[in-house]
Amino acid sequence: MMRSYSDKQNVQKKPYFSDRYFVAPQIPKDVVESDEIFTNDLSVLKAKFEIKEAYIQRGQLVVYIDPKDNVAVLKTLRDELSYNFLSEHSAIDWLAKSGEFEIFYQLLSTSKRKRLRVKCFIKEKEVLKSVSSLYASANWAEREMYDMFGVIISGHPYMKRLLMPDDWFDHPLRKTYPLHGDEVAQWYEIDKIFGKEYRDIIGPEERDSARIDVNDTYRFAHLNHEVPFGAEPSQEKTFTDYQEEGGVFIVKKLKKEDAKIVKERY
Amino acid sequence: MQKVNRLKPFFENVVFEREDNHMIVNFGPQHPSSHGQLRLILELDGEKVSKATPDIGYLHRGMEKMAENMIYNEFLPTTDRMDYIAASANNYGFALAVETLIGLEVPRRAKVIRMMILELNRISSHLFWLATHALDVGAMTIFLYAFREREYTLDLIEDYCGARLTHSSVRIGGVPLDLPQGWIAGLNKFINHLPLDIGDYEGLLDQNRIWKMRLEDVGVVTPEQAQSWGCSGPMLRGSGIAWDIRKEEPYELYNEVEFDVPVSTTCDSYGRYKLHMEEMRQSIRILKQLIPMYEQTSPEIIAHAPSYVSAPKEQIMTQNYSLMQHFVLVTQGMRPPVGEVYVATESPKGELGFYINSQGDPYPYRLKLRTPSFFHTAFLQELLVGEYLADVVAIIGNANIVFGEIDR
Repeated sequence: MMRSYSDKQNVQKKPYFSDRYFVAPQIPKDVVESDEIFTNDLSVLKAKFEIKEAYIQRGQLVVYIDPKDNVAVLKTLRDELSYNFLSEHSAIDWLAKSGEFEIFYQLLSTSKRKRLRVKCFIKEKEVLKSVSSLYASANWAEREMYDMFGVIISGHPYMKRLLMPDDWFDHPLRKTYPLHGDEVAQWYEIDKIFGKEYRDIIGPEERDSARIDVNDTYRFAHLNHEVPFGAEPSQEKTFTDYQEEGGVFIVKKLKKEDAKIVKERY
Repeated sequence: MQKVNRLKPFFENVVFEREDNHMIVNFGPQHPSSHGQLRLILELDGEKVSKATPDIGYLHRGMEKMAENMIYNEFLPTTDRMDYIAASANNYGFALAVETLIGLEVPRRAKVIRMMILELNRISSHLFWLATHALDVGAMTIFLYAFREREYTLDLIEDYCGARLTHSSVRIGGVPLDLPQGWIAGLNKFINHLPLDIGDYEGLLDQNRIWKMRLEDVGVVTPEQAQSWGCSGPMLRGSGIAWDIRKEEPYELYNEVEFDVPVSTTCDSYGRYKLHMEEMRQSIRILKQLIPMYEQTSPEIIAHAPSYVSAPKEQIMTQNYSLMQHFVLVTQGMRPPVGEVYVATESPKGELGFYINSQGDPYPYRLKLRTPSFFHTAFLQELLVGEYLADVVAIIGNANIVFGEIDR
């Protein structure tokens, strides 16, 4: 029997059923000339840089540039065209398709009330220049992008992983990164806290956060079968009825056996 | 020869040539004002901060990764967990982004209900901010008062959707429920009383000498800094820039209601405190206008778009074809068109943006969350330099950082 084929390039979730004849509609791309301000902005950019593609989608201008121009383009946009906010900056993983990252810079101009997206493609090992000298908000955005995708940035003041530990293997938002962590991830904490020699004793990290083990008396209490912390699990019933010595004023002792359990409502 | 005393001991072979007052303090994550996860590595010169390095902890929930592996409707309740102080604002931001992606128009009644929930949520978030910030600075009474009023807002939200913390009260295409009987009356009662309560807070704090000394001229954010660091919300308006997305790029019915955008010109923490108070008043103003608007709307609360949104429940229960469509939408998920959107909304903390890149699959190919706290925390490395250690507490509290948003 043949082993079923699985795409190692993209280990993310995929729909279990796809209609062969279904063609997904496209969001319309409007021409830039339909908006006066964007037309002007684009002509300023076109005079200085190579613009690969430009269109308006859902009211925002999208401009594709050469990745080598990123700092110069953003400088022009900030200083000449008053796009004073870099509201977001990150990458999209197209490594499986073309071996590239798609980088986007989401800009906002508060004076023009316009949003614009600058985009470019870089190869996996290609170095992208940092724009954190122009927009300080790129400082953490670039660190996060490096951490999550492994996009290499040059000229950043403090390029350190942001979300993951420094010695973490691989970059979690890549499409090749498995959903429950890779081989290395399951040993990370055990190696770090106890050392590699404890791998056999402790075993790999339990990655199912919802897993409940009835026999685990360290983390869970088995109702009506309670035992002391860490003791062997027991099948014997334990009675936990409690009553103060000599009773409490007014309060009668509650006996669970005497309680009547209604079998059916109504 | 140095003067020898108990603080400066004399050693034969060691000469203390310089006054070494430099110290590195790890501020948090255990410090009560570090809001759970923030570790600040502060280099102190005496008591003055000479360098600050914010270090965010490992919540490791991987919001974006989860989003890319969930159908759109599945991810909606997950957004609650980002800014858990204002869960509805996240739900709404995501729902609006998906609606923009598929080009869906929401019925008018749903818009009114959404705005009511959003503004109530803004009030509860601001009350929470006031309470915890005041507690950080050392004012206990105000904390108790503000939490009392916050409970009332949560009661209202609970009456609507059944949840107090993680509301999930918005659906893609509308809202799940109409307002229950008597809800408007409860809302009316609340918003009529809240201005008096806000007056009480201000009576306690505005002229309070300790409050003023701890906040005035502390954590000054210049407009240039705010722009460069991508500040938004009260942090941005607190630096003198009048930019409120509700006003400038109105969504829902914000262009039909009247409200002002408060701005602080002092740019300090005290100015931002005044700004939060004023924003709550503006939210009350919006809510007051929404009540008559609600009564004029027709009862549809969810958009009719069979390929993207399930039909209303009674239709699903009575009509076979609606049930079939609902089944497909639940098991496989909707397939939005190919394209990308970036939609920004004004959450209580600032610009909450959802970037969605769709390839026509039920799972978004890329979903990037732009959360205000992320950029505000990054800004701390510049904002804290030159401030005193005691003021660090006030500034962090004032910045209104929620860590669910940062370590997504």
